[in-house]
Amino acid sequence: MTGRAILLMIGKRLVALVVLVAILSFLVFSLVHIAPGTAVDAYLGGKPATPELVQLLTERYHLDEPFFTQYWLWLKDALVFDFGESTLTTLPVTDEIGIRLGPSAFLAVYAYVLTVLLGVVPGIIAALRQRKLLDRGLVAGAVVALSTPPFVMGILLLYLFAVLVPIFPAAGRGEGFFDQLWHLTLPALALALCVAAFLLRHTRASMINVLDQDYIMFARARGLSWGHVLFRYAFRNALIPVVTVSGALLAFFFAGAVFVEATFSLGGIGELLVQSAQSSDMPMIQALAILIAVLIVLANLLADLAYVAIDPRIRFEGRSA
Amino acid sequence: MSPHTEPTLTAGRPVLEVEGMRIERTDIGAPIVTSLDLQLAAGESIGIVGESGSGKSMSAKALIGLLPEGVVASGTARFDGQNLLGLSERQWRSIRGRQIGMIMQDPFTMLNPVMRCGRILEESLLPERRLSRAERRAEAIRRLAEVGITDESVVERYPFQLSGGMRQRVAIAAALARDPKVLIADEPSTALDVVTQREVLALIKRIQAARGMALILITHDLRVAFATCDRIQVLYAGSLVETGRADDVRERPLHPYTQGLLLSEPPADRRVRQLVAIPGSVPSAADVQDRCSFSSRCRWAEDACRDGVPALAEVGEDRHSRCIRLPEIGAEMAALLSKSEERAVVPAEGRSDGALIDIVNIEKVFESGGRTVTAVDDVSISVREGESVGIVGESGSGKTTIARMLVGLESPSGGEIVIDGIPVRSWSALTPRDRRKLRQTVQTVFQDPYSSLNPMRTIGWALKEAITTHDRGGGNVEGRVAELLESVGLSASYAQRRPSSLSGGERQRVAIARALAVEPRVLICDEPVSALDMSVQAQILNLLQEVRTERGISCLFITHDLSIVRQASEYLYVMHHGKVVESGPTESVLDNPSVEYTAQLLNSVPRPDGQWLVTGDADEMAATRG
Repeated sequence: MTGRAILLMIGKRLVALVVLVAILSFLVFSLVHIAPGTAVDAYLGGKPATPELVQLLTERYHLDEPFFTQYWLWLKDALVFDFGESTLTTLPVTDEIGIRLGPSAFLAVYAYVLTVLLGVVPGIIAALRQRKLLDRGLVAGAVVALSTPPFVMGILLLYLFAVLVPIFPAAGRGEGFFDQLWHLTLPALALALCVAAFLLRHTRASMINVLDQDYIMFARARGLSWGHVLFRYAFRNALIPVVTVSGALLAFFFAGAVFVEATFSLGGIGELLVQSAQSSDMPMIQALAILIAVLIVLANLLADLAYVAIDPRIRFEGRSA
Repeated sequence: MSPHTEPTLTAGRPVLEVEGMRIERTDIGAPIVTSLDLQLAAGESIGIVGESGSGKSMSAKALIGLLPEGVVASGTARFDGQNLLGLSERQWRSIRGRQIGMIMQDPFTMLNPVMRCGRILEESLLPERRLSRAERRAEAIRRLAEVGITDESVVERYPFQLSGGMRQRVAIAAALARDPKVLIADEPSTALDVVTQREVLALIKRIQAARGMALILITHDLRVAFATCDRIQVLYAGSLVETGRADDVRERPLHPYTQGLLLSEPPADRRVRQLVAIPGSVPSAADVQDRCSFSSRCRWAEDACRDGVPALAEVGEDRHSRCIRLPEIGAEMAALLSKSEERAVVPAEGRSDGALIDIVNIEKVFESGGRTVTAVDDVSISVREGESVGIVGESGSGKTTIARMLVGLESPSGGEIVIDGIPVRSWSALTPRDRRKLRQTVQTVFQDPYSSLNPMRTIGWALKEAITTHDRGGGNVEGRVAELLESVGLSASYAQRRPSSLSGGERQRVAIARALAVEPRVLICDEPVSALDMSVQAQILNLLQEVRTERGISCLFITHDLSIVRQASEYLYVMHHGKVVESGPTESVLDNPSVEYTAQLLNSVPRPDGQWLVTGDADEMAATRG
């Protein structure tokens, strides 16, 4: 019966997603008309306005139709992933994004896994060794990592592990799983370290708080082994707040990797976003904005589902006696 | 069976012998417990009684090897041929749960919130008993039955789905899952409502007798200790001040502190003229390690008391006291004790006319998770000029919701509230002038003095703020602050101090002073003493009484404690499940309750005799209540 409640929650979230995307699509579409100059100028993207080209664009984007009809026609195309052509490269927007989606997703997931490993594990260790040397070292390290921007970290890692000790490639994204893994290790690390430091401190605080709870002492007073108390009691409770924050990170890694992508010449989504903004590449901006919005909502939904799985109090909310 | 029937006969060989246990913090070398001795025989129950800061909880943790980091215990605690205080973590593992079990105070935080009750019990069973899944489940259900839970579905439920009393029962079952010989119960009933408190204590006693288990009960409540234990040890600021058989200590306390505690407790069966409060507050063990720990608050203290730590001397059969002046002051102590038995003149019945607060058919409905909960259901209450009105009820009875509605923190869903002629059903609809007038009419004293004062500001600042927000005229504000402080028994120098340097009782005095700053006509006191130590409670109750008679203000006194409401109110409303079930002059309601529920509440108030816990089927009743 809790299964039904969860399905209901997912359903509600998906409806919210549709509403959100509908509103966003309208705003994003309006951009073309809000931007300085006419809609044709926006689609021209700086190319000379020859009569042929103007006519072509007017037909392609139905610019002679009323505003809402234009929107409707644009939306119908967008639903089948047709956002038009990039004004910069004249290639279909969807193709452009498609090429970069794979590596960006790979990088994001890789960085996410590294973040969780490098954040949660040392965070737990630091909490268990509270106020000891190891704890102080880890916390100090976290402060350094937290205050180093990812692109500085990227350059540092590049210098250390691609130039000084060349064990990783300096650029490119590689082909096939292991080659990609090899190529993307440094970028993923650069991206992960800063956030991992944040997660470390978060996990440490949460773990310390949980270790101080009565139920830990009561479990030990019953003679349960330390390992049992640690795994079944401390970790599970301490990770509840960690799971909630880590959900948002995945979406962040996906769209926020601009500097790292530039440092390692990866050509990912982030780079594309900056590029299209600089050159007012309207169709590209529209498609990317919607893509990122959908990703953020889905990542948060995943985090909430994990939350529900890990904490029964959420499942029974409002139904407890 | 009374627990006082010759404990020496039932007492077998000693299972636990503690000698000169000292607990201290290693970082600053400050003692928490300077010396504790204890002899626990098989099947015996000993009560360690003390206020906060006495070191009673630390003693419990030391005896199960769970002292926090940076705190160490020395001395000996002989159990089964070994000294517990020198055991390694590995050795402790064969003791904890199997030999010595422990339950703690708060049933709401003691159980793993993400684990079903059945799992909690199953994992607590002896690991070397290789049981199948089904057998483990059956064992869990059997263990629940032992603590009076016959509803098998409880194994499938999470702790947060159970009431406090049920959780405490599950915790007791879990603590006993490995069948320990000794159970340490650290304030096992303090966080519970009166009715549940009695049920849980009766349950512990019953199981103890059935298993022949020894019990160390740690409590701040002498009455609870008297009713539950064979022997009592009174701990004050880290050292034992008195030990003896429970009935002996109750009838004839032989240390001024024990006597002070007894006198501070408001009796439930009669109204006394004034409670005999112990002045001051509990010192830290470190501050009194070179003298009698009680000397700073003792009315009989002399120089000799401050000259070295008195020995815990034998003063009778199985009776010890640390008071060196006992031979001289014994008669005086006995006289004081009998004087406190005097009843106060019962205030004349009949109420004055002018209603200052008139609550008419009020209702409050909360929406939560698609369900509606009626917290307050058709309640009418009135507070007359100069009168103290009590509202008594258990948690969830709606009493605090009423207080919140009175001061505009909640809006009623129905009914009407009239304060001093102004209808205040919705505070937001009031004119600024009316709102101002109301704030001046009604002031509140909250339960928790630790969170109701801004920690960043001095006491003087808090009082000045209260004075100036209501009276912009200015005048001699500093003078008024000093006056206010003196009116609540604090010197004017407190204005410079911050809340963190004050004890709980002092903070509550400041909170009362702040409420008095606007010269209100009604004081709403929401559990004003329940966060305070017993010896300080009496001070605050006396202060409120004083303030009331001096200023002629009315009072709405909200509490769960029938003994307190007896001392502090003239007219009483008893609430249950959001409804007023009985009302009338306090004395007559408590002497002759006309409703079953009031009688049950009265019966649940701790009485220092052994009969209190002899209740027949109270446990079974609770178990079926869920």
